[in-house]
Amino acid sequence: MARIVGRAWKFGDDVNTDVIIPARYLYTSDSRVLAAHCLELADPEFARRVRPGDVVVAGKNFGCGSSREHAVRAIQACGVAAVVARSFARIFFRNAVNLGLLVLESEEAARLVRSGEVIEIDEEEGLLYLSSGHRLVVRFPAGAAADVQKAGGLVEYVRQRLLKRGGCRRPPCIEGEAGP
Amino acid sequence: MPRAMTAVEKILAAHAGRKQVEPGETVWARVDWCLANDITAPLAIEQMQAMGCERVFDPERIILVPDHFLPAKDVASARQAQVLREFARKQGIRHYYEVGRMGIEHALLPELGILQPGQLLVGADSHTCTCGALGVFATGVGSTDLACAMALGELWFRVPATVKVEFTGRLAPWVGAKDLALFLVSRLGTDGANQLALEFGGEVVADLPLDGRLTLCNMVVEAGATAGLVPAGGWRSSPGAQLEAWLRWDVSQLEPQVARPYSPADVVAVHEVAGTPVDQVVIGSCTNGRYLDLVAAAEILGGRKVHPRVRLIVIPATQRVYRRALEEGLIQVFVEAGAAVSTPTCGPCLGGHMGVLAEGEVCLATTNRNFRGRMGHPDSRVYLANPAVAAATAVAGHIAHPEEVVGSGPHRGPGVEVRR
Ligand code: SF4
Repeated sequence: MARIVGRAWKFGDDVNTDVIIPARYLYTSDSRVLAAHCLELADPEFARRVRPGDVVVAGKNFGCGSSREHAVRAIQACGVAAVVARSFARIFFRNAVNLGLLVLESEEAARLVRSGEVIEIDEEEGLLYLSSGHRLVVRFPAGAAADVQKAGGLVEYVRQRLLKRGGCRRPPCIEGEAGP
Repeated sequence: MPRAMTAVEKILAAHAGRKQVEPGETVWARVDWCLANDITAPLAIEQMQAMGCERVFDPERIILVPDHFLPAKDVASARQAQVLREFARKQGIRHYYEVGRMGIEHALLPELGILQPGQLLVGADSHTCTCGALGVFATGVGSTDLACAMALGELWFRVPATVKVEFTGRLAPWVGAKDLALFLVSRLGTDGANQLALEFGGEVVADLPLDGRLTLCNMVVEAGATAGLVPAGGWRSSPGAQLEAWLRWDVSQLEPQVARPYSPADVVAVHEVAGTPVDQVVIGSCTNGRYLDLVAAAEILGGRKVHPRVRLIVIPATQRVYRRALEEGLIQVFVEAGAAVSTPTCGPCLGGHMGVLAEGEVCLATTNRNFRGRMGHPDSRVYLANPAVAAATAVAGHIAHPEEVVGSGPHRGPGVEVRR
């Protein structure tokens, strides 16, 4: 558990996945391409000026729309340390947890955080500190999502589960064995 | 006493190997089907390998459909499709559907006849919810989730609470499932159903043909829902099952609905936007590219011409729809009207190819999303409507109620001879 200190980038409600990364870039999962176009429809300056460790702060339903993981990857590729939103769309939330992007829910952050201010998140306390002196409670993923997060993402979680039971259930591939 | 469960809770409990589940809890559940496309599968395959898994849990349970950028629009998308193809071959995956035989995944799946009520389908595509119309718990996930499902045959789910949605009354002419969907999304808002399952009922839903029920379930994700469900088989909500809400609308007075840019929840009756000039009309997609959608469009386009200033693009959602439309003369109607007809693909729906919009252009489409930049340039504008409104708009050159074009006589317009 760590402290995150970074500048806040503010966005509104219903930031959808087409805004986070337009579909025309989905021909690739190259992180440089994704980073260069991240959130360009909401703030054309974002991709150029965001710095590693910065935090995205948004309103309700962040990440609504498609299931594309490229949306999470694009945000990660920019070095964003966390996304704090009033609420997240279901699939985006799963993707973020699975890929190890910290997603936190806060009723108040979108209203109180000022764009560009430096904010601090204490993961241990579950608190968000504003430069105005406000202290906000943030909600972390719970249940199975928390287990996945603790493992460092779903890839690692499944890898460990597979290791425990001695690898894939089925034997390794034999090329051309039963193709379509 | 075990608590009475909703249909969705029963399906999840059965797959989690539990007597009962409760809304809000997370459970690991067995999946019956895994679905992915040319955008999401390559990532899922990569992640599955990173998990240390070489073989899918069951090749008979994986369905791969290269539908988004196919036929390949450029070298990069050709490569993504190649990854899919090679994976299918190597893993012995039978449910792989090649260009010329494929369709948009959510329209193709119901045609295959392999989904059974009470089953659980996860798809790395948000509109996987479409197949809820078959009584399946069908939900969209990301590529890493899908990798997990392909590796383990299991995935975690947060059990959604159920909202019952009933439509009663009788639909007016030229009003259909798309209008119910748009109306519902506008009432719930873009996140009104987040972490909820919508269970459909009422006489209007019972009377909808399967094509229409698929359209209705297709758009539940636009309200943020985990799943939409038209209960089928033995998988029904028990009396006394706890619901999050029970919504009932008499839709007899409903007009054709239109969603304005840039939100599928910004919905008005067609007369409020009638007269808005358009540059392009698209009829197709997993929402409205099925047979009956094309029939509705052909009823209006038969014997008429697309407005000189408008480009009409018609894309049957699957090869089977394409063939039937060809056999029954619908394709001829479209071509003679001056439309461009394409092989099945998602194409313009996501701004991929086959009709991307330039700056400032206006399109009316039968698709499901009209976010900024969804169909091309960020300053293009997309309106969403049903296939009849789309066809009427193509003829009129501006957004139009079908009656503006065919008059208010009998439902079936002139000009189409549908051979049986
Ligand atoms: S038709 Fe559009 S919404 Fe449907 S699967 Fe294809 S891109 Fe997605």
